[in-house]
Amino acid sequence: MAQSRSNKAFLLGYRLYILAFFVFLAAPLVAAGSFAFNDSLFPSLPWQGFTLDWFFNDTEPKLGMFHDRRLLRGLYYSAIIGVMVSALSVFVGTTNAFLFVRGNFPAKNFFYIIMILPLVIPGVILGISILVMASNIANGIEDRFNYEIDFLRPGIVLVVLGQFSFVTTITSLVITARLKKFDYTMEEAALNLGASRIQVLRTVTLPFLRPAMIAAGIVAFLVSFENFNTTLFLVGSESPLTITMFDRMAKVGSTPVLNAVSFFLIVGSGLLALISVVVQRNAPSD
Amino acid sequence: MQSDIKRLSLILLFAPFALWIFLLIALPHIGMVILSLREKVAPRVYEFGFGNYIDFIQEPIYWNTLLRTGSMSILVTFLALLIGFPIAYYIAKIAGNRSKGALFLLCLIPLWVSDLIRAFGWILLLRETGVASSFLLWTGAINEPIEFLYNDVTVVVGLVYTVILFMIVPLVSTLDGMDDAMVEAGYNLGGSGFTVLRRIIIPYAMPGIVSGCIVVFMLTAGSYLTPILLGGKNSSWFTEQIYDQFITRFNWESGAAFGFLLLAFTSLVVWLGLKLTGQTLANTVAKS
Amino acid sequence: MTVTDTPDLECTAVCKDFGQVRAVDNVSFQIPKGSFFSILGPSGCGKTTLMRMIAGFEDPSSGDIEIKGKSVLNTPPNKRNVKMVFQHLALFPMMNVYENIAYGLRCVGTDKATIDQKVKDVLERIALPDVGNREVHQLSGGQKQRIAIARCMVLDPDVLLLDEPLGALDLKLREAMKIELKLLQHQFNTTFIYITHDQSEALVMSDHVAIMNEGRFEQIGRPEELYHAPKTAFVAGFVGDSNRWSGKVSAVEGGKAKVTTDAGLQMLCQKRDGSDLSAGQSVNIYVRPEFISAKRADTGAAGDLNAIRGKVDSVLFNGANSRVLVRGPSGELIEADVVVTGSDSDLRAGDDVALSWSDQQTMCFAT
Repeated sequence: MAQSRSNKAFLLGYRLYILAFFVFLAAPLVAAGSFAFNDSLFPSLPWQGFTLDWFFNDTEPKLGMFHDRRLLRGLYYSAIIGVMVSALSVFVGTTNAFLFVRGNFPAKNFFYIIMILPLVIPGVILGISILVMASNIANGIEDRFNYEIDFLRPGIVLVVLGQFSFVTTITSLVITARLKKFDYTMEEAALNLGASRIQVLRTVTLPFLRPAMIAAGIVAFLVSFENFNTTLFLVGSESPLTITMFDRMAKVGSTPVLNAVSFFLIVGSGLLALISVVVQRNAPSD
Repeated sequence: MQSDIKRLSLILLFAPFALWIFLLIALPHIGMVILSLREKVAPRVYEFGFGNYIDFIQEPIYWNTLLRTGSMSILVTFLALLIGFPIAYYIAKIAGNRSKGALFLLCLIPLWVSDLIRAFGWILLLRETGVASSFLLWTGAINEPIEFLYNDVTVVVGLVYTVILFMIVPLVSTLDGMDDAMVEAGYNLGGSGFTVLRRIIIPYAMPGIVSGCIVVFMLTAGSYLTPILLGGKNSSWFTEQIYDQFITRFNWESGAAFGFLLLAFTSLVVWLGLKLTGQTLANTVAKS
Repeated sequence: MTVTDTPDLECTAVCKDFGQVRAVDNVSFQIPKGSFFSILGPSGCGKTTLMRMIAGFEDPSSGDIEIKGKSVLNTPPNKRNVKMVFQHLALFPMMNVYENIAYGLRCVGTDKATIDQKVKDVLERIALPDVGNREVHQLSGGQKQRIAIARCMVLDPDVLLLDEPLGALDLKLREAMKIELKLLQHQFNTTFIYITHDQSEALVMSDHVAIMNEGRFEQIGRPEELYHAPKTAFVAGFVGDSNRWSGKVSAVEGGKAKVTTDAGLQMLCQKRDGSDLSAGQSVNIYVRPEFISAKRADTGAAGDLNAIRGKVDSVLFNGANSRVLVRGPSGELIEADVVVTGSDSDLRAGDDVALSWSDQQTMCFAT
C-alpha cells in the first residue's frame, strides 16, 4: 500500500517533469511566433491586439514579410539552395547506400567511418576549409591563366557544396538503413520473372527505397534551410534567409516582421518534418 | 562477363563517394592545415612555420577561449543528457502507446527549427523589455526591469535548449528497442530501482547515450549563433574567434590554425569519450 | 529420340564448389514432362544450391543443365523459362496482386489487353477471381502462396521451382496446401520441382522423389519405392520412422542373412537384389514400427519371424497412429505400431510383450 502510494507520487512528479520540459521546449518558439500577430512596432509586451499586418501589409513602417523584398529574396535563395542540396545529397546518399550495403571491397569499414565523419566535424570548419580550398584554386587559376572562375568565389555554388558536404552523411545513413531491410530475394524474384537488371532497379528496388529517399530529401532540405555556421563563410551576395535575418537582427534590431518569418519557418519546417516522419512510418516493410 | 559488370558497377558507385570525400572533406582540410602553417612575414610574403600556433599559445585570450568553449560544451552535453534521459525513457517505456507517438512527434517536429529562431525566442523572453521581466514587474516581484541576457547561465540554458532534442531522439530509438521483460527480470531478481537503472538500462542504452553525447558536444562546440546572441559581445566562444580572424581581420592563416585547433580539440574529446565508454563511431552515430 | 520424349529438365553430372566445400556433387537426373518431382533432404544438403543453379542464380562448377533439351548454362536467369516460388514468396509489397501477377508480362512488353486477359484467367484458375485489387498484406498466408504460384504460371514456364514454400505456414494450413499444390500441378500440367526437408510433403505430393544428402542424390524413385525399398542406409533412416540396430553378419544362407546385433540378439533378414552381404560384415538393420507386431508375451514367435521379448515402457496414444515404446532385452527402446481399441485387451505400461516381424521387412545395409 505504502509502496504503491509512493509509486503514484513518483509517477505524478515524473509527469510534471515531462510537462515542464515540453513547456520549456515550446516557450521560445511560441514567443518567437506569437509576436508576429501583435499590432505593435516592437516584438514585446504589452499586447496591442491581433493583426496580420506583419505578414501582408505593403507599406512602411509595418512592412509585412510577403512585401519585404530582401526577406523574399532570402527565402527564394534558401529554397533554391535547399532543393539543390537535397537533390545532390539524396543522389549521392543512394549510391553510398548501395556501395556500403551491396558492395564488397577492401577497407570497407574504414570507408564507412570516413562516411560518418563529416557529421562530427563542426560546421564552421567545413565552411572555412572549403572557402580556403576554393579560393586557392580560383587564385591559382587567375594568376596563371588570368581567368576568373566565378563559381569558386563565395556564392550559391559554394554554399551548396558546403552544405552538401555534411548533409550527404545524413541522407546516406537514412537510405542505408532502409536498403539494409530490403529482402534480396525480391530482386531475384523479379529477375526470375524476366526483368532486366535495369527493370529490377526501376520497378522493385527503387520503389522500395522511395520512402527513405523522400524522407532523406526533406531532412536535407530542412538542414540546408536552417544552416548558418557553414553558410556564413561561403555566402556571397545572394544571402539565404537565415543570413538575411541575422543581418537584420544585428543591424536594424528586431521588429515583428522577424517574428512573422519565424512563425512561417516554424510552421513550415514542422510540417515538412511531420511529412517525412509519416512517409517513413507508412512505408511497406517485408 | 558477370564479374566485369560487378566491378564496373562497384567503380560507378564508388566514384560519387570518392569525389565527395576527397574534394569536399579531405582536400579542404589538408588545404586548411597547410594554410595554417604559413606565416606572414611581410605584406604578400609568407614563410612556412608554426607562427600561427605559437601566437595561439602566447596569447592567453585565445587558449582561454578554447578551454572555456570546451569545458562549457562538456557541461552542456552533461546537462542535456541529465535532463534528456528521463524524457527519452518516459517516451520510450512509460507513456502509453498513443501518447508515446504523439510525444515523440512533439520532439521530432521542432528538431529542425533554426538556431537563429530559437535564440530569437529566448531574446524576446529574457531581455530587459522581454516577457519574463515584464511579467515579474506586473506581479510586483521586482520594481524595475531585469536583464536576463548576456550571462553564462543564459548561454548554457540556451545551448542546452538548442541541442537537447539531438540527445533525446537517438535515446528514444535505442530505449525503444529494449525489451520490457529485461527491466522486469531485473526487478524480479531482486534489483532496486537504482541497480536496475545502473546495471541494465544504462548499459543497454549506452550506444544511444554516446551517440547523443557526440552529436550534442559537436553541435555545441561548433555553435556560433546561440553564444553570440545570448551571451553578447563577451561570450568568448571559440567559433567567434575564427569568424573574427577570417571575416573581420582577414587573417586567414591564423583563422585556419584556429579552425584546426578546434577540430583537433573536439576530435580529442570525442575520441576520449569513445575510449572511456568502449564504443565505436560506427555503432553509435551511424545508428541514430 | 522424338521431341515428345525430351525431358523438361535434365541435369548431367552437375557439381558446385564453394571454395573448398562441395555443395552439390555429381548430380544427374531427368524429369519427364508434366510430373511433380521433389528433392528431399536435410537442411544443408545442397538442395537449395541445386535449385538456384537451375534458376540461374548460381553457375555450376561443372556439368550441364538442359531445359527442353537445350543447355541453359549461358542463359542469364531473366532469360530462362524456369520460374521460381521463393521460400518467403518474395511478393512485391509495393504492388497490388494484379501488378504482382502482371509483372513478368510487363517486363517482356506484352500489350495491356493480353495482360488483363491472362491475369484474369490465372486468378480464376487458382480460384481467387476477385483479389486483383487487393494489397499483398491484405491476403492470408494460403492466398499469398497461390498468388506467388500464379505470378509464375501466368508466364507459362517449362518448369516451376518451389523452394520450401510451405515452411512459413502453420501446421493446419500446410496440410491443406499440400493437397492444393498437387491439384494445381495437375491443373496446369506443368513440371513442378519441389524442394523440402519435410518428408510428408514430398511423399504426399510427388510422382518422383530424389533423396539428397551431403550434395549427392542417394536415390530417385516413386515415394513408395523409397519407403519400402530404400537403396541406402541413409534413405532407410531418413524416410519414414524406423528402429535401428547395428551388428555383424554371422552367416549367409539361402538368400537370407543371419545377423547378430551388438547386444547379442539374433535376426534374420532377406537379402535384397544386388546387395552383397558376407559373413563377418558390419551392418545396420532398420525395421519400420508398423511391421512389428506387439502381443502379450504368451504366444511364441513362429517360423521365419524375428522375435524379441520386452516390457512396455509407455503407450503413445495418437488415434489410428498409436504406438508403444518397448524396453528390449538390452535396454534399448523399440517402437511398434499398435491398435488401441479402448478395451481391456490393450497393452499397458509394464506388460510383458513379444515383438515379432518378418525377415522380409528387415532392411539390412552394410556400413
